[in-house]
Amino acid sequence: MLAALGARSVGLVEGFGNVGYFLADTVRALPDVRTWGTRTLQQMRRLGVDSLPIALFIAAFTGITLALLASYVFTATVPVYLVGTLVGKTIMMELGPVLTGLALAGRVGANIAAELGTMKVTEQVDALETLAYNPYAYLVIPRVLAGILMVPVVVAFAMAMGVFTGWLSATTLLPISNAQFVRGLQLFFLPFDPQYGLIKSASFGFVITLIGCYLGMGVRGGAEGVGGATTRTVVYSAEMILVLDAFWAVVLLRHP
Amino acid sequence: MIAFSDLHKAFEDNPVLKGFTLDVHDGETMVIIGYSGTGKSVALKHVVGLLEPDSGHVEVDGQIVSELRRPDLTALRATIGYVFQFAALFDSLTVFENVALGLRRLQALSETAIAERVRESLKLVDLPRTEQHMPSELSGGMRKRVGLARAIALRPKYILYDEPTTGLDPVTSAVIDQLIVRTREALGVTSIVITHDMRTAYTVGDRIAMLYQGKVQQVGPVEEIKGTADPVVRQFIEGRPDGRAVVRASLGDAGRAAALEGEET
Repeated sequence: MLAALGARSVGLVEGFGNVGYFLADTVRALPDVRTWGTRTLQQMRRLGVDSLPIALFIAAFTGITLALLASYVFTATVPVYLVGTLVGKTIMMELGPVLTGLALAGRVGANIAAELGTMKVTEQVDALETLAYNPYAYLVIPRVLAGILMVPVVVAFAMAMGVFTGWLSATTLLPISNAQFVRGLQLFFLPFDPQYGLIKSASFGFVITLIGCYLGMGVRGGAEGVGGATTRTVVYSAEMILVLDAFWAVVLLRHP
Repeated sequence: MIAFSDLHKAFEDNPVLKGFTLDVHDGETMVIIGYSGTGKSVALKHVVGLLEPDSGHVEVDGQIVSELRRPDLTALRATIGYVFQFAALFDSLTVFENVALGLRRLQALSETAIAERVRESLKLVDLPRTEQHMPSELSGGMRKRVGLARAIALRPKYILYDEPTTGLDPVTSAVIDQLIVRTREALGVTSIVITHDMRTAYTVGDRIAMLYQGKVQQVGPVEEIKGTADPVVRQFIEGRPDGRAVVRASLGDAGRAAALEGEET
């Protein structure tokens, strides 16, 4: 038992070390702007367009549920306009970024791991090297940059959709007027709320794409290796999103 | 000139190359034959720095590949075309983009000149009018020819062929053999061809080297190899299953140990 625990701990430390090396190789490829510049735009377009439908879908139903849940929890002593407050704060600061991040861990992270893993086992990564391309500049940097830049954009749309469906369900299904909902939304609103959500989203985009690239580029064997890398990418990305979620709360939400 | 000097390479506890030494002279086509899994492709990957040796080295034009910094390695790779076993074409790019990719990176050519060079290279491998096809639309033989076109588009000094006819029917294999010969005549390149297909070896090679148990078992001109008295080489080129060499080469470590144990008892 202890031996197994020790081996797992060593494996974990080794894994983080290898990710560190991978990150260092990626940073070293940054001066090769000619290679990653145009490809980053392609990846941003792809990530944004591909991710938007699932993000909007999740946000739409989360907004509806939140509004109804808030009205159920708030009894007669609590003003109904606080439904707007709860929907706005929760969607912008927590559920918008985290639920979108978890969905993109499956949608984007798995896609990256499968694509790069297949390229690895079919020697396409080696072929890039023989054509004098740095694979980190050609494959990794565009995807990681696209993740950092585009996940917050997708989350911003998800936030808007969540608040909109929250408002729609509150004003049509509940005895809350438009003015009451908007009052609640504005009452405790701080510009920091969406900023906090977007900062978190950028970090989620970073870990999802980095883990996908790292595990994809490290694939060995054939289809089984690709499948394993894809599954691990989703699991590790989801875990890291939850860890980062707590990290940002500790760093940015503690009052002095 | 490409020189392999006392090259050693192991993967985890499995030694593959154990003192591989071979010189490939300018202008010749050297064929390296050997059983599957004996490290032929591993040796080839050292030439372009895809693998680093555990000890020993590979020299190309006097430069030790494993000691080159990335800019120098990039410059060296610009002189070497590599044809992969399964072509390794980029799935998301058209045939044209696949062939043009290296040119865009390595040579200061205008888009018009790149298009012209791509067309020339595809014509050389008898694949005109395929530029807009995706790799998934091509047969195995056509993919290998696109892989060859991608390698020769750079007008390299060296071309490395990793199992160029594996998995192809006999006629398509013969076509690929002809293309290798034609490429050498047209471009005057120095080539290394990895294969276990003896027809390919005899058709394209000037000299043949047999890699066996991590070392060169025998190297010599085609006619010398055809008439060899070395039992291991003889057995391989005749494709006979009834010798010690086949048993040892075709079994994994566990099987090999069991076979040796059986011999002792």
